[in-house]
Amino acid sequence: MRIMAQVCMVMNLDKCIGCHTCTVTCKQTWTNRPGTEYVYFNNVETKPGLGYPARYEDQEQWKGGWELDRKGRLRLKGGSRLKRLATIFYNPDLPTIDDYHDPFTYDYASLINAPAGTKSPSVSARSALTGREMTPKWGTNWEDDLAGAPGRALGDPNIEAMAEKVKMDFESVFMFYLPRICEHCLNPSCVASCPSGAMYKREEDGIVLVDQDRCRGWRFCVSGCPYKKVYFNHRTGKAEKCTLCFPRIEAGLPTICSETCVGRLRYLGLVLYDADAVTAAAATADAQDLYEAQLQVFLDPNDPAVAAEAERQGIPHDWVAAARRSPAYALIVRHRVALPLHPEFRTMPMVWYVPPLSPVADVTAAAGYNEDNPDNIFAAIDTLRIPVEYLANLFTAGRVAPVRDALRRLAMVRTVMRAHQLGTHPDVDPADVGLSDDDAEDLFRLLAIARYEDRYVVPPAHAENAGRLLAQHSMSGCSLDEEGGPGMGGAGPEPEAVPGFHLQRQESADDSVAGRDQRGRLHLVVSERPSPGPLGPATLGGAG
Amino acid sequence: MNGITGFELFWWVILPYLALATFVIGHIWRYRYDQFGWTSRSTQLQEKRWLKWGSPIFHYGTFAAIGGHVIGILIPESWTHAIGIPEVAYRWFSAGAGTLAAVLVIVGVAILAGRRLFVTRVRATTSPVDWLALILLAIVIAMGIAETVGVNLLGSGYDYRQSVALWFRGLFVGNPDVAAIAHAPLLYQVHATAAWAVIAVWPFSRLVHAWSYPVWYLWRPFVVYRSRVAAPPNEPGTSGRRWRKIGARY
Repeated sequence: MRIMAQVCMVMNLDKCIGCHTCTVTCKQTWTNRPGTEYVYFNNVETKPGLGYPARYEDQEQWKGGWELDRKGRLRLKGGSRLKRLATIFYNPDLPTIDDYHDPFTYDYASLINAPAGTKSPSVSARSALTGREMTPKWGTNWEDDLAGAPGRALGDPNIEAMAEKVKMDFESVFMFYLPRICEHCLNPSCVASCPSGAMYKREEDGIVLVDQDRCRGWRFCVSGCPYKKVYFNHRTGKAEKCTLCFPRIEAGLPTICSETCVGRLRYLGLVLYDADAVTAAAATADAQDLYEAQLQVFLDPNDPAVAAEAERQGIPHDWVAAARRSPAYALIVRHRVALPLHPEFRTMPMVWYVPPLSPVADVTAAAGYNEDNPDNIFAAIDTLRIPVEYLANLFTAGRVAPVRDALRRLAMVRTVMRAHQLGTHPDVDPADVGLSDDDAEDLFRLLAIARYEDRYVVPPAHAENAGRLLAQHSMSGCSLDEEGGPGMGGAGPEPEAVPGFHLQRQESADDSVAGRDQRGRLHLVVSERPSPGPLGPATLGGAG
Repeated sequence: MNGITGFELFWWVILPYLALATFVIGHIWRYRYDQFGWTSRSTQLQEKRWLKWGSPIFHYGTFAAIGGHVIGILIPESWTHAIGIPEVAYRWFSAGAGTLAAVLVIVGVAILAGRRLFVTRVRATTSPVDWLALILLAIVIAMGIAETVGVNLLGSGYDYRQSVALWFRGLFVGNPDVAAIAHAPLLYQVHATAAWAVIAVWPFSRLVHAWSYPVWYLWRPFVVYRSRVAAPPNEPGTSGRRWRKIGARY
């Protein structure tokens, strides 16, 4: 057993209002550069819809992810290694820019400098690739809120199998939002596809990154990722992808998409897993069993044997402790309300989703919700506006039972908590859906109250060794910061509290000079001392 | 080395050595200071219909042409004589296989040059050094095809293994036969000169991607893990990726 820790995200789709704040702040942080105009590390899709790039979920077309060969062994769907090396001059499975969109901008100066007159000046779109005028025909939010859905949404690969059941007329149409980032998979096919070995999974926190210095632009990662979350920078000729905001994660902060999420629907926490069991689990014969198989790979941090073995294998004590408090582990394993996105791609994705329940309540309300008979809501789950089969195609390779169970638990939490609030006694038994009273309270705390501290349990990175290395180069802090020296060490004065900025305070308290104190922590990126305050994040670009 | 003018010595000995030195030192410099710029610079994202045919045909044709040069230039004629291959047979093989390679290269390069010139999205990505390398390659290819098809297949033939090859191999053992290349047909002279120019430009262009052909992918584990380590500080005087004047602020 090889125990590894993974920073895992869970998104509660019930709460996503499709405001795209995550997309905007992510873009401002990471991809507001020439060459990455069309790149969205985070994007929010309206489902049903084609997604971004168009129809990315259809792996018969794009050949992303893994498949099983005749003997049941795992292999890349894009072909063998030998085939890749022989066809390296042209990648048949690579989307073109038109599958994303020709990035466009406007000649704003001509508006500002337009001469005074009676007519309002206007400009047309200009391609960022060529500088020429163009007509936008498709884009990342082209189908926002079902725009154009009557003609297009039935092309959603998740819907094609159930097309006769789904109608796009006004009475029966349904939709919800699906925010997507890189899945930081346990069995990443992009990493396996990269012939240069430039992509890697970090041992400490499982974040999947591209080494920009080793990438040679062969582009197999782009086609290898079934979620199409590796992008090709057309200016630098290198691949780029969601970094899970690793400089923030290392500092114990949530990613920027999580931090700025208006609906507070994102959760970040550690999940411990057995790295030796990943390949076998990903090779599970029946794709519909992959969800359960992935659950079996996760380890229970509350199990003393697991915790002891994790620490013996070098996972820091406070990380194991953080894994026990992990909201991701709670939602995925303990309460089983979160589900993986397209487990059938066999990459063991690590961004999970709590399926949307809200429309159920609407349906039952319309059907005359009976407070005395909350079971009504369970009956409605099978007839709800968002077909359970559609959710199952997204989250469980088509198996309905886990989705239905998750929705029933969510409905149960509402019923139980409503009774608590009203001081009545619910005549339903949470045990029917596998919940205890405590579980219902816990889910209520996590999903409804959703305090910042409960949503994000991100232990700061340990960089003691890195600290020693940097200290040798006198780069970690002030050289006068010696015992008895003019700087006298220490963390400096308490910074003023800034509402809404939640840097973990104990950090600066026990963060003596990292180079000297082996137990002290050094944030690789936030120089040597976290400085909470409005300017705190500005130091992130520092000594990385 | 009698009867050689100073110009010939400069052109056929000193310039090739300068090109070789630029090639070696340029690659060391680029590898150390510009890992970030070391890429194949693919334009498949912008255009894939033409690339689908042009790129594989061009690359495989080029491999065939390079193989032909190894046989024709690096292997001495005496060796092929020794194993009983007469000059006429060799030349017919050279002209035949060479013509096949030439057709591949010319079709491939026509498609690639066409999309680079006429597909706006692709043309917009092309840097000046790309144009320089392309023009030099075009000269090398045009002259090479003229030699193979025009001289050896359709014309009277020219035994470059008794002349150009002697000079070329001689460069690597310090004893180049300058007279041999100086009296070769103009086609061969232009071909050789442009080829040296390509060698000199190579380390500064996207051609460096040739050395990154990832053979080791065949036996590497699928999933690569890396431990998070602190990067060593940049070398003094550089920002890590770009060459800076020593002592300049960074």
